Amino acid sequence: MSEVVRLPERPGGDDGVDLLLRGGIVVDATGERQADVVVRGREVVAVGPDLSGDVELDIRGCVVSPGLVDLHTHLRQPGREEAETIESGSRAAALGGYTAVLAMPNTTPAIDSAAVVREVLELGRAACCDVHTAGAITVDRAGEQLAPMAEMAALGVTLFTDDGTGVQDDLLMRRAMEYGRGLDVTLAQHCEVAALSAGTCMHEGEWSARLGLPGQPAEAEELMVMRDIALARLTGARLHLLHMSTAGSVAMIAAARAGGLAVTAESAPHHFTLTDACCADYDATFKVHPPLRGERDVAAVAAGLADNTISAIATDHAPHCPEDKELPFDQAPPGMLGLEYALALAITQLVDGPAGMSLAGVLARLSWQPAAIARMERHGRPVAPGEPANLCVIDPEATWTIDASGGASRSRNVPYVGREVRGKVRHTICEGVLVVRDGEAQQ
Amino acid sequence: MRHLLAIDDLSRDELEEILELTDSMVEVSGRSIPKVPALRGRTVVSLFYEDSTRTRLSFDSAAKRLSADTMSFAVSSSSVSKGESIRDTVETIEAMGMDAIVVRHRSSGVPAQIARWTDASVVNAGDGWHQHPTQALLDAYTIRRHLGSLEGRRIAIVGDVVHSRVARSDIEAFTRLGASVVLVAPPTLLPADLSPWSVDVAEDLDSVLGEVDVCYLLRIQRERASESLFPSVREYTARFGLSAARAARLGPHALIMHPGPMNRGVEIAGDVAEHPNAVVTEQVANGVAVRMAVLFLLLGPGRLDPAPQRTTVEVEA
Repeated sequence: MSEVVRLPERPGGDDGVDLLLRGGIVVDATGERQADVVVRGREVVAVGPDLSGDVELDIRGCVVSPGLVDLHTHLRQPGREEAETIESGSRAAALGGYTAVLAMPNTTPAIDSAAVVREVLELGRAACCDVHTAGAITVDRAGEQLAPMAEMAALGVTLFTDDGTGVQDDLLMRRAMEYGRGLDVTLAQHCEVAALSAGTCMHEGEWSARLGLPGQPAEAEELMVMRDIALARLTGARLHLLHMSTAGSVAMIAAARAGGLAVTAESAPHHFTLTDACCADYDATFKVHPPLRGERDVAAVAAGLADNTISAIATDHAPHCPEDKELPFDQAPPGMLGLEYALALAITQLVDGPAGMSLAGVLARLSWQPAAIARMERHGRPVAPGEPANLCVIDPEATWTIDASGGASRSRNVPYVGREVRGKVRHTICEGVLVVRDGEAQQ
Repeated sequence: MRHLLAIDDLSRDELEEILELTDSMVEVSGRSIPKVPALRGRTVVSLFYEDSTRTRLSFDSAAKRLSADTMSFAVSSSSVSKGESIRDTVETIEAMGMDAIVVRHRSSGVPAQIARWTDASVVNAGDGWHQHPTQALLDAYTIRRHLGSLEGRRIAIVGDVVHSRVARSDIEAFTRLGASVVLVAPPTLLPADLSPWSVDVAEDLDSVLGEVDVCYLLRIQRERASESLFPSVREYTARFGLSAARAARLGPHALIMHPGPMNRGVEIAGDVAEHPNAVVTEQVANGVAVRMAVLFLLLGPGRLDPAPQRTTVEVEA
């Protein structure tokens, strides 16, 4: 069977093979139903009972969802190819159920011009999932001068951020929002006030005190959340807040959204899973920005996801070479892998945990809601005839133990080693191509 | 005991055991030939990424009195200056068959990282703001020599607690040994969260002088003023420096301690450093004996070679 399951080579094309996903439960923005799904070419062509196809995948007990969409992926290319490439990162994404990722612009050079956007999109054409890119707000992410947002927007960039650092200058951020509103793009912020966070390497609290490591308070994030919400109110811009990690941030976002502002937010799996106590052994695998917080913040992030104050789970997948993560804790680069673990962590922490979310709720925050934030028109769509065939098939009952291999990533900075989780990606279909089959990448 | 990384790793019994053994090491150090063959054939290497002549010499002297071979990995003139990673350096040292690695690093946690990469015993000789466990042991030993025990004693630790590995180690050691600790500092020089420790906090040095058995002064780095942690060295000294007038308000038995090197005229007045109850040089002397005890426990055969006669320690006033 495997010789025919390899559906048409990308891009597109149609070899006339009908791929049947038989016996699963379809979950999408429109609801849940038991249905077979047939994919032909780049589209879903039929959804319903007792369908037939040329090639059949038995997915009884599994869920068919629109492919997952990651709003926050560090693919490291160009510049840090020893840590990750677009090819390796996109394979990790596909294995994690993602059919689209949004590459962050903190590469070397930064993605701050049409030329670099083109390079990334070109490299993304050969990738295992759809690669979109964010653009930098400022030239070289230096926070001094607006980057040419219009020329990047003309290439399809819909979201701009200096991620890795926040735009510190109040006036420059105001101008970016005003200019961005004119282009109908979204401004996304890495919220961290440099004056309060410079030189710090973890959350300020009991553990930083004990470990003798310089910590940053939750307020380093919250002050910028507060400012950016105020500037969004002033300018009318669309604002997306990246990797929210504190209870105070969640509360401010809830108030802003209740007040009708166009503010969205995301949180990363590690911020609803891990606490600053993980840093106790000075293992820099657990170093990340914003830092792992205390239990109260972890619970608030989970609750914020549950009530949709935070409408997206984004991985902040941040590969780093082992030798960099073996530097002293205060010198090691921040960040951890996430693409292959996000779905299982979300199910384990948010469905099985006290937040008590439904699987559909988790998939909303992993797929169609982030797709809407980034305006990815071919992702997060309902599973229905005529829609793009960007799908993932999940076995929600499968339990597995996360290992230290790092999966398809070129890096191994996995902070979840040994953790037992529930929910496994069986198949991923990107633009009609079965890129992951039975948990194995097909290209 | 496999490594000595932090005081938190030690129970009260283990702390007491080290202090007991230190008595024997003091006795050895007082012999006409202050040397025993306890660690003959063992090799101790010092790996100091941060300069500290005092601590390095103290460990070196301790190892030599136990007849260990000692080596020093000179970081500034070695492969490290060519960009070698800590892990590669440690694996190189281990391949040469070292038994113990004494580590000093400006970053918190490096000794704990090294302990994951080697089978040798790792001794933390100071890491960042985190720990300096042999300093705490020598401080506790010095207090015990003078006051008999730490149980029920009141100890003030004055100054820059947040940036101090000495303070973190001393708090752990003193409280484990039954003393109560009061931190005296402006809030800018304290960790934002003190919940890991059961300590009291005072912002007025004068208010605690009369109640303490030990007044432990931390070194103030002058550049902290430029970080706005206090307005000026002058204002710091006025509020938290141990002047002669303040020293006079200490109880007659109360010890004045400092980890060195002292900033005379900043945290301690010049004449107070010479006060009869100031035991700063004794701390240094006890440092060698404490480090002998630690190296012996980590590397030794389990018992010290017979000494001529175990001397009783005189408890000074």
